[in-house]
Amino acid sequence: MNLASSNSISAQPGRTIRFRIKRCDGPGKPSYWQAFSVSPEAGANVLSCLQQIAANPVTADGQRTTPVVWDAGCLEEVCGACTMVINGKARQSCSCLVDQYAPNDGDEITLEPMSKFPVVRDLWVDRSRMFHNLKRVKAWVPIDGTYNLGAGPRESHEQQERRYALSTCMTCGCCLEACPQFLPEANANKWDTSFVGAQVLGQAHLFNLHQTGEQLASDRLDVLMGQGGVSDCGNSQNCVKVCPKHIPLTESIAALGRAVAVHSVKRWFTSK
Amino acid sequence: MAQQRVIVVGGGLAGLAATIRLAESGIGVDLFSMVPVKRSHSVCAQGGINACNEVARQQGYSEYEHFDETIYGGDFLADQPPVLEMANFAPKIIDLLDRMGVPFNRTNEGFRDLRLFGGSLFKRTHFAGATTGQQLIYALDEQARRWEAEGRVAKYEFWEFLWPVIEDGRCVGIVAQDMRTMQIRAFRADAVVMATGGCGLVYGKSTNSVICTGAAAARCFQAGVWYGNPEMIQVHPTAIPGADKLRLMSESARGEGGRVWVPRKKGESRRPKDIPEAERYYFLEERYPKYGNIVPRDIATREIFQICVSEGMGVDGENQVYLDLSHKDPEYLTRKLGGILEIYEKFVGVDPRFEPMKIFPAVHYSMGGLWTRYERGSYQPASPLPGHKSGSRAPIGAEIGQGMQPGSPINMQTNIDGLYAFGEVNFAYHGANRLGANALLSCIFDGLFCGKSVENYVRDVVASKGQADQVPQGAYDRVVAQEEAKQKRLMDTVGRGEVAPEINPYQIHKELGTEMTAACTVVKSGPRLEQALKRVEELKERFARARLSDSAAWTNQSFSYARAVGDMLTIAEAIVKGSAVRKESRGAHYRTDFPERDDAHFMKTTVAKFDPASAQVSVELVGVDASLVQPRKRDYTGKSAGGSVEKKAAASPAAV
Ligand SMILES: Cc1cc2nc3c(=O)[nH]c(=O)nc-3n(C[C@H](O)[C@H](O)[C@H](O)COP(=O)(O)OP(=O)(O)OC[C@H]3O[C@@H](n4cnc5c(N)ncnc54)[C@H](O)[C@@H]3O)c2cc1C
Ligand code: SF4
Ligand code: SF4
Ligand code: FES
Repeated sequence: MNLASSNSISAQPGRTIRFRIKRCDGPGKPSYWQAFSVSPEAGANVLSCLQQIAANPVTADGQRTTPVVWDAGCLEEVCGACTMVINGKARQSCSCLVDQYAPNDGDEITLEPMSKFPVVRDLWVDRSRMFHNLKRVKAWVPIDGTYNLGAGPRESHEQQERRYALSTCMTCGCCLEACPQFLPEANANKWDTSFVGAQVLGQAHLFNLHQTGEQLASDRLDVLMGQGGVSDCGNSQNCVKVCPKHIPLTESIAALGRAVAVHSVKRWFTSK
Repeated sequence: MAQQRVIVVGGGLAGLAATIRLAESGIGVDLFSMVPVKRSHSVCAQGGINACNEVARQQGYSEYEHFDETIYGGDFLADQPPVLEMANFAPKIIDLLDRMGVPFNRTNEGFRDLRLFGGSLFKRTHFAGATTGQQLIYALDEQARRWEAEGRVAKYEFWEFLWPVIEDGRCVGIVAQDMRTMQIRAFRADAVVMATGGCGLVYGKSTNSVICTGAAAARCFQAGVWYGNPEMIQVHPTAIPGADKLRLMSESARGEGGRVWVPRKKGESRRPKDIPEAERYYFLEERYPKYGNIVPRDIATREIFQICVSEGMGVDGENQVYLDLSHKDPEYLTRKLGGILEIYEKFVGVDPRFEPMKIFPAVHYSMGGLWTRYERGSYQPASPLPGHKSGSRAPIGAEIGQGMQPGSPINMQTNIDGLYAFGEVNFAYHGANRLGANALLSCIFDGLFCGKSVENYVRDVVASKGQADQVPQGAYDRVVAQEEAKQKRLMDTVGRGEVAPEINPYQIHKELGTEMTAACTVVKSGPRLEQALKRVEELKERFARARLSDSAAWTNQSFSYARAVGDMLTIAEAIVKGSAVRKESRGAHYRTDFPERDDAHFMKTTVAKFDPASAQVSVELVGVDASLVQPRKRDYTGKSAGGSVEKKAAASPAAV
């Protein structure tokens, strides 16, 4: 019965807020800003406001325009699709509550596409590089096939918990957006020599931790030893601070750093 | 002979499992998806996946009991042989996922942990944290990526399926559109697997992802594929109403003492905590003194729905009631329900330990879907057996091939040769009601078990009829032209003046959702359905005049959305008509004017067909294969074993 500890937010009902949105009609086209006035419904989030704008695309100064384009899927912060830069910080827009970001009449929210990936249109970016990088490090367990061969390896609680934490990575890209070492690269031919980024380091670590996945550890370390590998990380720890799934990315980076050091010594002996 | 290729449309669990199985057999796969496959709707599943397991087996459980529960839970509407095969196959699926590296929760000794789920007395649900669906799809996605790296799989992500290419009654490819460049083009294939998921968005807001419009299924339907049991739509009793989506709230909130109520006074404006006890209407407790807030799921759903929709007593005049935990000790709540209360706080911004949650039932799953066939397996008892007694000896073992003939080319093939339906878009396994944690199973089962059927179809049937590369180009060009014309019609409406709400696709969709939710979910009746049908007709007429507001020839999202609205109207018509034809109550389908199950007339599949000439939907009734187990009354009221199950289910965490 402790009313004081209720943390419910008191946003002004019936208010009008502004969305300032950085738009772009397509690759190679210039970016421009547009503002929209929205009266958020109860419980609105950024995506539900974008839906309102799409249904009736008129700017704050009354100009008809095209609907803003964005990417979305689950609407419950588990697919990673809807990531964008909101008030200067990358996060999922589906879980971004407008009552918290703009509680008062006239408050403004700024939306921009992520800057590390090519824009497709407006807030929608092309993150194929993240999926490509998963191939680079063979982020899979090399099973013999899909026919019945019994259960997988037994595993302790602790090991399951470590792997589970890494395995909730939803390929959203927040960690890459925040990373000073991960730079935009539109040319897909250069992806294989550019920094893989924290997302992929977490995944390489995940598969190295699995008893069968470990068979490819040497291949993974070869890649992470090379150009764009783990040594490109400047250890600024931005990634771990922004990951919405609280994945212990810096632990993965440290573990891989050590593994790569051992691996390169081994390679040095065996390649001569 | 060119290398044989199969197209898989959809990269959720069903599509990915099929892709992996086919790639492994040496067949090239073109995998189409509107989103990167890793972001498919399957990521949303939280609760788990069912399969018989060693511990349960030693307590008397069996694959056969899993089969029996599924048939019983589905209220005897599913054809029985495929369900038997699925239950028998299930443990192999768990083992395979385990080998793929799914981080299933573990016991102290390192075995896979299990939880209790609705519809069973035995622990048979495997889970990985609170994100089982995400973990399963990631494992399959990784294996598909491995095949992609080897060149066996080509992914077409951000491509939208538009229409199947059907020539001489046989599916020989698809027409699809690149969602970025807007290019429409045809793709040849020796077989096509539809694995495009459910259709929750027909109801406007649901627990589904934004892509679950059912448009892909609707397009196949309009091209001549039959649709089975469209009226069977599952509603989850407690979801969090949101401006954009209804997010699942686990039923364990009720199990832990949550009380459901509304203010006695309509139009009450006081905050819930300021409303004295005497002015609160605990309607479940008053109407069901024995069970109170833990009445079975369907009753809870129906009562909440009645209070809001029929009696207009919803909180703030909206469709929502309070689910109140604020009388409990906050520390106890954190300990017992921490994870799920966090979800509420994340998306509502209110801490349910101190303020009542607002909840409402939400459309959750579509049992109905594209109609499919199968070849019966070896188990064919002389007459159907009586219902299985929980924990007793199974009449048969769990060998492969007793339910369905393994590898038969017709397994889960639609009425069109070479066109398959896997996963939620397939109507086959869940009858009138799906048991929690059986959906993920049916998706992966389809992909793996029936993937072999696709392989055999391609190797044997296609080989004798000629491969897709010999089909005349005209067959493909015709469909491309049809889709270009459809696009032109809609795009030509841009700039033709004001987009009045009446002809705004967003508004049409919104009204469709409202109408379908009111008339076609929890409580249905003949007159109300007739009214709904008129509304759908009116919306269709308005859609024919719809106007768009973006003429861009690049990444035109609102156009793609508008086109899907047209398809949703078709599915809606099938749902309404199926509901009208089924003059009984069964599973998720409840009619106030026919409150009893009527096996004599309606233990039948409603098969919807689309007539292209009149653009009308008609519905026929087709008998169900109930040759394995005798129908019996589905009764969870507590007199039978089932009752205690349902009580436990309400109390067990994350019953989804
Ligand atoms: C909140 C929630 C919780 C759930 N929890 C559970 C649970 O615990 N246990 C359980 O068993 N089940 C659960 N379910 C049900 C289960 O998640 C789904 O039934 C299942 O994931 C469906 O998988 P699918 O492979 O059939 O399709 P989906 O995962 O829906 O994938 C559909 C695919 O088709 C593609 N697609 C669709 N249309 C087109 C088109 N026109 N062109 C190209 N591609 C297209 C999409 O891009 C996507 O890749 C839950 C459902 C919800 C909503
Ligand atoms: S720690 Fe490394 S990967 Fe993480 S943000 Fe810093 S540089 Fe990037
Ligand atoms: S590691 Fe975290 S921030 Fe990076 S992609 Fe994965 S979920 Fe997103
Ligand atoms: S839409 Fe999936 S994370 Fe936001």
